[in-house]
Amino acid sequence: MIRAENLELGYEGRLVLKGLNFRVAPGEFAGILGPNGSGKSTLIHALSGLLPPKRGRVIIRDEHLGNISSRLRARIMAVVPQASEVRFPFPCLEIVLMGRYPHRKRLGSLTDEDLLWALRSMRRTTTEHLQQRPVTEVSGGERQRVVIARALAQDPKILLLDEATSSLDVRKKLEIFEILKFLNETQNLTVLCAMHDLNLAALYCRRLMFIKDGGILEDGPTAEVFTPDILGQVYETPMEVIRHPGHQRPYAVMLPLTPEFYEGEELLEAARR
Amino acid sequence: MDLFTPSNPAKAATPLDLAAARERRQTGARRFAAALLVLCLGLLASLILATGIGRMEVGWPTVFSVILGKLGWSAAPADRTTEVVIWGIRLSRVVLSALVGASLAAAGVVFQGLLLNPLADPFTLGVSTGAALGVALLVMLGVGGSFLGLSPLPLGALAGALGAMLVVLALSRESGGRIRKESLILAGIVVSTFLSALISLIKSLDEESLSAIVFWIMGSFSGRGWIHVGFLLPYAVLGLILAFAYHRELDILALGEEQSHHLGVAVSKVRLNLLLGASLLTAGAVSVSGVIGFVGLVVPHLVRVLAGPSHGRLLVLSAFTGALILIWADVTARVLLASGQELPVGVVTALLGGPFFFYLLKSRRARGMW
Repeated sequence: MIRAENLELGYEGRLVLKGLNFRVAPGEFAGILGPNGSGKSTLIHALSGLLPPKRGRVIIRDEHLGNISSRLRARIMAVVPQASEVRFPFPCLEIVLMGRYPHRKRLGSLTDEDLLWALRSMRRTTTEHLQQRPVTEVSGGERQRVVIARALAQDPKILLLDEATSSLDVRKKLEIFEILKFLNETQNLTVLCAMHDLNLAALYCRRLMFIKDGGILEDGPTAEVFTPDILGQVYETPMEVIRHPGHQRPYAVMLPLTPEFYEGEELLEAARR
Repeated sequence: MDLFTPSNPAKAATPLDLAAARERRQTGARRFAAALLVLCLGLLASLILATGIGRMEVGWPTVFSVILGKLGWSAAPADRTTEVVIWGIRLSRVVLSALVGASLAAAGVVFQGLLLNPLADPFTLGVSTGAALGVALLVMLGVGGSFLGLSPLPLGALAGALGAMLVVLALSRESGGRIRKESLILAGIVVSTFLSALISLIKSLDEESLSAIVFWIMGSFSGRGWIHVGFLLPYAVLGLILAFAYHRELDILALGEEQSHHLGVAVSKVRLNLLLGASLLTAGAVSVSGVIGFVGLVVPHLVRVLAGPSHGRLLVLSAFTGALILIWADVTARVLLASGQELPVGVVTALLGGPFFFYLLKSRRARGMW
């Protein structure tokens, strides 16, 4: 479904990630984890065609990403960004209907099918009641769910999420991930999400990719890579991983920083001063 | 992916209200159609009414019969002088002001939507001044006349408009390639001031073309006729078509560049075409009437408050509203002074538009639009 070959990513004069090689098969539910500034968003940008790679290539369904037309790409892949601001007071339904853009003919009118897709997506994200509310007047969490509804209305095969649920409360986070899980299990939707919340990732992602120091540090099934060693190494923080007695999924607990995690004595010295 | 299978049977019990959603959207469409009809009738009436107003007293029936006669629908009974005044002088000027108003308002809609800036319009972005400089240069060099009915002046204006636009965009672009909204208008004003100074320089260097150049700075329809309608028409039509063809993309671009990309909009191509369309509209307008401010700024705001943010409707309604406003602004410019002298129409639009824009800025409802 998605293949990265020798990918090298960066912005003007600054290299962020290099030597990336991985495949994501159809129907996978994978999380991209890593500290701030490690390049999670950069990777999502590259996979969505927003950032052309400096070297290497991204291949989506056996086709070079750069050769896929914008509209076809949007029919295959939807992206939910971190936070979004809309400058005009479009009603939320109109925002969700924008997700139908890649499916609509140029200047063709809106069909009942388009409208139905929008309404279903809004129900899925519990935003149905917001249909007529201007998007500029809903809360941040509501807006994010409207954006997720818009992504679902695109009817994508791949869904990329870039910290999409960071601004939501616990319940809304879980609701969104339950929807993703459902679509992943029943419709074979491929989900790839960059995230910060370790435990949310461990709860839903079946595969985790850890990004650190400009490359992929670990990549594997959650049960194998969600370990105190790897987490400690990635976040430079002492971690403990415990198995929840109920659902049997692992969860991480951070421990107070010990001197070994302060790059030697210098930082400690500095802190004392 | 099939979203039609319910994930939660309990929730799926209430059917989706497709009919209600469709009905609500149709209500919007009907309201738009009604507004459009009113504006169309208003425009037709204004064309006749405004043509009747002037120093030489002419009754509306005469106006009617002359226009019908010219269109070949009835024999023209009026004498030659009346005919020339009504058809050759007044109607051409009214039609021209309508076209210029429509062009400027539509350009304002495109600039504001594209740059996501409420203060963007051909005037504040320096595009109008760029076009005026293009025209002033051609006038100074003595290039004029017409070629196959096309004047080189609009081309000069287009070159100036595009040039100014590119400079403004380059000045307001950050290292990462993003356009800072705050610096956009600042850059526009800087460029506009600089270009105005260049125009003044040309004026002082070349006494002969002084009066011709003053036209383009003040903005006026004085002495304009059908030939200028001919100059403007291709630019206005092409610009309007280009802008309208991308109205759906303009809506999506309100979400920002990134999300537009994710939704399948070919952002660079669309933006280039829209900028070209808006520049065509501005250049056409400026080349026949000079720099007329506030129409492109105020009209989109006014229409947005009344008709909502959807750019397809906004473009159509703004074009008609702009046409109406400029027709009457020009009538005011013609008859306001008791001495019989004309005011530049740019003065009238600024006098009306300034306070009105202030009101829009202060009004809660209008501010909610941004």
